[in-house]
Amino acid sequence: MPLEETDTDNLATGVEEKLEADTDNLATRVEDAVDDEELETDGGPGSDPQVHTIMLELPDEPGQLLAALQPVAENGGNLLSVVHERGDRTPRGRIPVEIALECPPVRFESILDGVRDAGLTVVEADAESYADEVVVVLVGHLVDTGLSGTLQEIRENAEATVADVALSAPEADEEQPSAARLHLRAREGCVERALSTVRAVADEKDLTVIEPLGGV
Amino acid sequence: MSDVRLAVLGAGAVGSSVADLAGEYGHDVVALADSSTAAVDPDGVDTTAALSQKADGAGLGSATPEDALATDYDVLVEATPTTLGDAQPGFGHLATALERDRHVVLANKGPVAERYADVRELEVDSAGTVLFEATVGGAIPILSTVSDLGASRVDAVRGVLNGTANFVLSRMAAESVAYEHVLAEAQDLGVAEADPSFDVEGTDAALKCVILANRLVEADAADVDDLRERTTSLEAAEVEGIRGLPADALELAAEDGRTVRLVGEATRDAVRVGPRLVPEHGTLAVSGTRNIVEIESTHAGQLAISGRGAGGDATASAVLSDVGRLS
Repeated sequence: MPLEETDTDNLATGVEEKLEADTDNLATRVEDAVDDEELETDGGPGSDPQVHTIMLELPDEPGQLLAALQPVAENGGNLLSVVHERGDRTPRGRIPVEIALECPPVRFESILDGVRDAGLTVVEADAESYADEVVVVLVGHLVDTGLSGTLQEIRENAEATVADVALSAPEADEEQPSAARLHLRAREGCVERALSTVRAVADEKDLTVIEPLGGV
Repeated sequence: MSDVRLAVLGAGAVGSSVADLAGEYGHDVVALADSSTAAVDPDGVDTTAALSQKADGAGLGSATPEDALATDYDVLVEATPTTLGDAQPGFGHLATALERDRHVVLANKGPVAERYADVRELEVDSAGTVLFEATVGGAIPILSTVSDLGASRVDAVRGVLNGTANFVLSRMAAESVAYEHVLAEAQDLGVAEADPSFDVEGTDAALKCVILANRLVEADAADVDDLRERTTSLEAAEVEGIRGLPADALELAAEDGRTVRLVGEATRDAVRVGPRLVPEHGTLAVSGTRNIVEIESTHAGQLAISGRGAGGDATASAVLSDVGRLS
């Protein structure tokens, strides 16, 4: 049966890896590995399903809830509950939705990415609050100055996630500046800090930051 | 206050509009001067004749600008071009008028942007008053609204305060055309000067914000010395212009329901001017040469006033409103 074969393969690979990793404790490790139930699943370490919660704010448009749940199904999450009350509105007129699901921790990030890729706003994930979203446009020689490095610096120093990047098609004329739009999600109350990091990084690379006016 | 005798210094777009419209407001122009010539008549200058004579290249009249300054008037209208640093000759004109206990209405931003405390110090020793509504936002009654609310109850003023930059940005967003193209168009239309640096680099908007910030700190100042400590300047302002902004930046903003405006912000602590993202259909996203300000006040909340930020007649209307307030 194919399943058995797979299991055996996994077991063998697991043992082999551990052999390489630690030959001194060979006997113990092999014994541990055989006992380890994780090896019988396909996920490796961190694959025990856990309960996760996602707080979303959905625009009041058809299909939004489905779009929010699709990534859960696609990543093998097990939906536990969905609290969705159309009558309930945030000050911005969106509908708060709370999703509880069960999945291995390694899958949870993919689910969040999927939800964000669908253009939805994750307000909170496992009680880690990304309450504030801020949009900035960077202008300058983005490609020459290494856009991915710029984004990396922002990620590392701004305590914010770069949720979305849109880059204008670079001009054939390399003298012309290009532009990129970034959506940053910062923890509640940390927007100013995120923006000042963006300013500092941009300053270093002689880029112009077009910031939102307060409250945008 | 009507039947006021005005001495108008400066015969550019604003000065000549003030001269043209003064009669309609019930005032007499007793002197009209440009940088080299003047028309002076205690019974009222024939401003139409003087201006057409100037247009013909003959100058405004046989008098000198010094004669205009020395004549007997109630209010000096200072509408010479804005200069930075010592703000001369505008500041000197203002000083002369105050020493003679005359009122001064400024359209020239220089004296209040660069030497706010100096202006107030001279005013303390004079029976004359200085008003300067026309220096910020053209026709829009910004400073008088701040005064009506009470400057101490105003926390911030922000807005689009340069029509040229706004014209360029709104055309770029609407047509997806390059900065240089729109700027050339603006110059053809007379919306932008041959040298647009002052407007597109944000200096003009910054000067207006410096004036506003100084008006706000003045509310907390105990005396002129304290005011001098608190006033800010163009050098202290954070200023970024829109020169060379790629059309792509506006497109990326638009994809997100936003647009870019050159926004100036004045608070008691800082002056900041730069391109900013604003909601595409929001209050600040005015188009063309239109200006708008938002006043953030303690009890009244947010007020927004929009209108013409430049142009001879529009700015002259603010000058003449100030003249009317001097009763």
